[in-house]
Amino acid sequence: MRLNDIMNLLEAEPLNQKGDFSIDVQCAFASDLMSDVLALAKPGSLLITGLINIQIMRTASMIDMPAVVFVRGKKPPGETIELAGKLGIPFVLTAKTMFETCGLLYEAGIRPCPCSKRWTE
Amino acid sequence: MSLGEPLVIEREVKPLDFLSAGETASEFKETLKSLGISAELCRKTSIVTYEAEMNIVIHGGGGRIAMKMEKDRITIVASDEGPGIENVELAMQEGYSTAPDSIREMGFGAGMGLPNIRKYSDELDIDTEPGKGTTLRAVIFLNAGEA
Repeated sequence: MRLNDIMNLLEAEPLNQKGDFSIDVQCAFASDLMSDVLALAKPGSLLITGLINIQIMRTASMIDMPAVVFVRGKKPPGETIELAGKLGIPFVLTAKTMFETCGLLYEAGIRPCPCSKRWTE
Repeated sequence: MSLGEPLVIEREVKPLDFLSAGETASEFKETLKSLGISAELCRKTSIVTYEAEMNIVIHGGGGRIAMKMEKDRITIVASDEGPGIENVELAMQEGYSTAPDSIREMGFGAGMGLPNIRKYSDELDIDTEPGKGTTLRAVIFLNAGEA
C-alpha cells in the first residue's frame, strides 16, 4: 500500500515535506517504546507512534523503516521534522488514535512485521 | 575495503544531550554502508552503538564511543567515567531500569538497552566499577556464526 493511500485512509496530513509519498509499505510496527522498536521491528516496516521527539527519527533510521505515522494529533517539533528531511524519512500526522490507525491499516491489508521471538533463556 | 590497518573512528558523546544522541550511531552506519557492509550488519552495529550512546547520554555523564573495523569483525567500545553499574546481571534483565521519567517519556529507559546490545552483538563484555565508570565492548562478526 502506498504512503499516499495510507495518508488518505488515515485522513492524515504530510505537513510541508517534499518526501517520497509513493513508497510502498506492506507491514507495520506500532509502539511508543523505542527500545521495543529497536528490539523487535523489522526493516521495511512502517513505524506508528504517538511520540514525536527527534529520537523517533533516529530509531526509524537505525532499523531502516521507510516512513512514520504520528498518531493522536501530535505535531513533531522542528528538530524532528529537520532530521526526517535529512534522513529522507517521510512522515504523516493523523488525529486518530493508535488503535484506530492500526485497525484501519490492518483492514486495508497492512500486516504486522515478522517479529523475531524474544529470547528465552 | 583494505585488509591492512583497521579503520578506527572515535567520537565524544555529550551528557544529557538528547538532540545529538544517536548522531554517532548514524555516522557509524553511514560509514559501514559506504564500505559496502551488508544492510543487516549496518543495522546491528548501529543499534548496538545507539543503545550504548543512549546509556552514556543518560547514565554515564558523557563519554566516548569507538568503532573498529577489521577484516572479520566490527568492534564497538563505549566508555564513560560515570557512576558505574552496581549489578550487571540485574542491568542485563529486560525491564530493569534506573532511568528517570524524563527519559521514559522519550521512549527509552525501559530497561531494554543492555538486553538489546546483547541481542544484536556476537560478543559482549562489560567492565564496570561503582564510582569509576563503565566500558562496554561489543563485537559483531562479519560472517555470522564465525567465532
